[in-house]
Amino acid sequence: MRFGVIRFPGSCDEIDALRACRRFGDAELLWHGDRDLRGVDAVVIPGGFSYGDYLRAGALARFAPAMETVIEFARAGGPVLGICNGFQVLCEAGLLPGALLPNRSLRFVCRQVEVVVENIDTPFTRACEKGDRLSVPVKHTTGRYHAPDIPEERVVLRYAPGENPNGSQEDIAGVCNPEGNVFGLMPHPEHAVDPLTGSADGGRLFESLAMVPVA
Amino acid sequence: MRVRVLIRPKEGILDPQGQAVESALPALGFEGVRNVHVGRLIELDVDDPARVPEMCERLLANPLIEDYEVQELVST
Repeated sequence: MRFGVIRFPGSCDEIDALRACRRFGDAELLWHGDRDLRGVDAVVIPGGFSYGDYLRAGALARFAPAMETVIEFARAGGPVLGICNGFQVLCEAGLLPGALLPNRSLRFVCRQVEVVVENIDTPFTRACEKGDRLSVPVKHTTGRYHAPDIPEERVVLRYAPGENPNGSQEDIAGVCNPEGNVFGLMPHPEHAVDPLTGSADGGRLFESLAMVPVA
Repeated sequence: MRVRVLIRPKEGILDPQGQAVESALPALGFEGVRNVHVGRLIELDVDDPARVPEMCERLLANPLIEDYEVQELVST
C-alpha cells in the first residue's frame, strides 16, 4: 500500500500523517498544485488551515489542482481519508455529505476524546470491531458536524457518550460516502499511533487501509 | 457594477456567534434585543452581475448551511 499525503499551503499535520502511514506502508507527500497523484493507492488530506481557511474552512482548497484529481480518484473508487481540515475540504468538495460549523462553544478545543466505531464495513475500519472505543485527540474550532437526514450507515465514528467536544449532530465524529471509499473525521488518528504519546489507537485506521488489496 | 453579497446562517442552524452577541448586549445596558445573527458581507465589482448567484452557489456561500442575498449597489 502506497499512501499519498497532500500538502497545501497552511497544512500543519502532513508530517504526522506521513509518519503514521509509514508505520503501515509506503508514503509520500504530494503537492497541492500538482495534478499528478503519482500512482498512490490511497490519498490522505491532512489537518491544518489550507489556504488560510479564508472564506470558510476548506472552501478554497477544494479547488486546488490536486483536488480535481482526488475527486476523479474518489469517484473511481480510490480510498480517500480526510482528517480535520481534510474532512472540511471533502465536505466542501461534495465528496462527503454535510458541513462543519464553528464549535458550539466558539472555542478552540484541544483534548483527548474517546470515539466509538459504528461502521466496520469501510476500508478505514476493517481492523476494528463494531463498538470498539478509540482514544484519539481533537484540536479544532470548526468541528460541529451538520448533515440533515444523514443515513445511519454513513456514520463511521461517534464521540462516546459525554465526549462530544463541539456540539456535532448526533455525536458524529466521522462519516463516509455511500460507497464507503471516502472517509472524513474531525479527530486526529495520525497523532495517536504510538503509546509514547498516550495512545496508539489511531493506528488502527491506517492499519485498516493498509489491508486494502492494491489494484 | 458594484455588488454586495450578504451571507447568513440558515434558519434553524444553531448560531453560537449570534447568541454570544445577544447575551453580551444586555450586559452593556442594551435591553430589548432579540434574534441576533452574525453573517458575512462580501463586496465585489463585476462585469456581469447575473453571474453572482452562481458564484455564491459554488464558492462564496455554502448553500447547505448559509443563505445569501445579492444586492446591486447604485454608484453615487
